[in-house]
Amino acid sequence: MSHLLRFVFEPGFFASAPVHVAVVAGGVAAIVSGILGVFTVMRGQSYAGHAFADISVTGGSGSFLIGISPIWGFAGTSVLAAGIMDMIGIRRPRGRDLATGIVRGAGLGLAALFLYWDTTHTSTTGATITILFGSMFIISTSIIPVIVAFSLVALGIAAVLYRPLLLSSVSADLAFARGIPVRLTGVLCLVAIAVSVSLSALTIGTILSTALLVGPAATALRLTSKPGLAIAWSALIGLGATWLGILLAYDSFYWPPAKHGWPVSFFVVTLVFLFYLAAQLASSRRTRSERHAPAPAPGQGG
Amino acid sequence: MFSGFMVNTWTVATIVAVVAGVVGFFVVLRGSAFVADALPTGAFAGAAGASLIGVNTLVGLGVFSLAGALGIGWLGRRGRHDVATALTLVLMLGLGALFLSFSVEYAPEIYSLLFGEVLGISVNEVAPVAALGAVCVVAIMVMFRPLMLASVMPELGEARGVRSYRIEMYFLVVIALATSMALPVVGALLIFSLMIGPPAAARSVTDDPYLAMALSVVIAMGTVWAAIAASYASNWPVGFFVGMIGAFCYGAGRGWAAWRRTRVGHGATSTALAR
Repeated sequence: MSHLLRFVFEPGFFASAPVHVAVVAGGVAAIVSGILGVFTVMRGQSYAGHAFADISVTGGSGSFLIGISPIWGFAGTSVLAAGIMDMIGIRRPRGRDLATGIVRGAGLGLAALFLYWDTTHTSTTGATITILFGSMFIISTSIIPVIVAFSLVALGIAAVLYRPLLLSSVSADLAFARGIPVRLTGVLCLVAIAVSVSLSALTIGTILSTALLVGPAATALRLTSKPGLAIAWSALIGLGATWLGILLAYDSFYWPPAKHGWPVSFFVVTLVFLFYLAAQLASSRRTRSERHAPAPAPGQGG
Repeated sequence: MFSGFMVNTWTVATIVAVVAGVVGFFVVLRGSAFVADALPTGAFAGAAGASLIGVNTLVGLGVFSLAGALGIGWLGRRGRHDVATALTLVLMLGLGALFLSFSVEYAPEIYSLLFGEVLGISVNEVAPVAALGAVCVVAIMVMFRPLMLASVMPELGEARGVRSYRIEMYFLVVIALATSMALPVVGALLIFSLMIGPPAAARSVTDDPYLAMALSVVIAMGTVWAAIAASYASNWPVGFFVGMIGAFCYGAGRGWAAWRRTRVGHGATSTALAR
């Protein structure tokens, strides 16, 4: 038994300080992203969620330049972007994606300029890669309380808005008829997503922040159609993928071909994708068997 | 600015602008901004992989963007389209992170692939770009009518025998091709702003599809030329100028449409009053 445990957890896993930080910070990011991800997927705003991650890079690289803590750059720019997107965004999803794209294009243009200045005026050559891809193993401990505080803000908005948000996500017309301020709810939801995404982009990199926002939530919504249950599943799947990814990345240092750790983001993304594929296959098999049944249930819209 | 080595840059940039204008018109019409964004970013990982195993970058870009397009099409048929796009994108980027961790690529190299490099175009890069560009434009011209029908009125298209799923797949492949040819010039992160900024501006100026497409090509050319000239003069990354001018085009188009609407509105009321 202990032999097996040692095979799974390579020596030093539990003693390593970077692993502790990665497990805590990655776990917080995974849970918050998982919860807000359900709203993101239900509202069809995956693109906006992805764009926030990249736009917050602009703020991150800008804050490197003027020398403030990157966390304010990350959170500030993405909230600002959420506001601009809503201002120019059109109600229809097609127009909304276009608005998202335009804002992302302008934001990345600025990021290119900031990174150019960062790399020519100071000598931080690795800045591009670290900012874009992030690394869970180089988070500083001092940042964790700030991350937790911001996460609580994002979750608080989601909790207060829970019912009106669900209703307006399912049917905006019905919500409007019930007297819910649909547009305000939408903006606040976008701001909550922006805060959560920018924080997870800061801690775990832009790739993982998109993966953990969209993947677990989409998987959970395949498994169940009850929103509360989907949120729980989504947080659980995100947490599982993150921790398993950290473990595999740690172990991979002892794998062939060389003494060289594989990146965490690769493992987490792959796990998230595999979970989604499995849920996809399971649900398509279920619908196929339902189709043969005499009374077909109304299929979930896609 | 127009000396020997810049000739390649101007040629390739012009080809990229034409293709981005033509393909981008349908990207905007179909609302597939996310796909046009995800494919270049994800295909970037292919370039990293290609440099790792030592093959031509264009091959890596082509393989990854085609695989990405097919993946998005396949997954998107069975679930939400934006979810399929996001997951395909992060999977490709995850592979990219893996490749990058194994390679010893010099950081500025990666930076130039992400944000574009005007001066890095050699003579033997012009021919493949021109060939791929021609393939893209011809493909769009061949499927112009069914694509138009499937984008604007999918139900009517289905009734006329246009398979929207198949058209979608073809279109995704065209985006993938356009991506892999344009990526080394404009950069992974900003090729899409060339694909959506100018066409969106053109669409808000006119409703006529042919005119809009021509206009979008013209605006895209203007954007790229201005961006290269500015980048050459200031030494700032070309991606910055493309992103900014793209957003400006969109804003100007929206402003123009709003102004015209109020003017038409006033005109209608004044004629009504005159009667």
